Amino acid sequence: MNYLTDRKRAQGLGSAKQGSHHHWVMIVSSIALVLVVPFFVLTLGSAIGGTHEEVLAFFSRPVAAIFTGLALAVIINHVKHEAHEAIEDYMHGVAQKLTLVATSVVANTLIAAGLFALVKLAL
Amino acid sequence: MADVNRGNRPLSPHLTIYRPQLTSISSIMVRITGIATFFVSVIIVWWLLAAATSASSFGAVDGFLRSWFGDLILLGATWAIFYHALGRLRHVIWDFGYCLEVETSETMAKGMFILATVLTVITMILV
Repeated sequence: MNYLTDRKRAQGLGSAKQGSHHHWVMIVSSIALVLVVPFFVLTLGSAIGGTHEEVLAFFSRPVAAIFTGLALAVIINHVKHEAHEAIEDYMHGVAQKLTLVATSVVANTLIAAGLFALVKLAL
Repeated sequence: MADVNRGNRPLSPHLTIYRPQLTSISSIMVRITGIATFFVSVIIVWWLLAAATSASSFGAVDGFLRSWFGDLILLGATWAIFYHALGRLRHVIWDFGYCLEVETSETMAKGMFILATVLTVITMILV
């Protein structure tokens, strides 16, 4: 007679090694993505194509700088989770953990660098 | 009682012999477009950093982005991010318990493809 329950046996064995928090994070980040993407594409689309002076003038407007910064953070944070999902599905062990750390480092560095550039453009 | 027979269970479908379906293909494409957006974000941040640094570094990155190859990347990226956002919207709808029927999911799969294309064309016209 084995006293282990089915639940106990299954717990922690999913690819994420944890409960539903990861799933909820994905729902929130997806909703944020849907709200932000149309405006981001149009904002960036109208900025790209200008001369250097026009680009500087474009991002010196607070609305453009703040929104682009927000969208950049939301989108890169979302694709970081997206990459993590794929890594958790297809990689295992130490390689998986190191790749998860590496993608987090790249994503967070991109957010930091993007925000720095926007602040410098805006001020 | 809770012991499970681990040796003789059906395996997951192998992709090489499994007939492609709208639901599986659209799901795989949501993942691919999501990861593609990750790579494109590197180019966008690079462009912003160059613009913040100097006119000459901006000229180099901007010249690349406005070449035919850069245009192609931006066009693909626009479609990819729209498709991905629509795919994620479909996930949110599913997660809240709606539209879980196979036919509805397949209709949404077609809708994502069409709507992403329409939104990309609208972006091309507006921008």
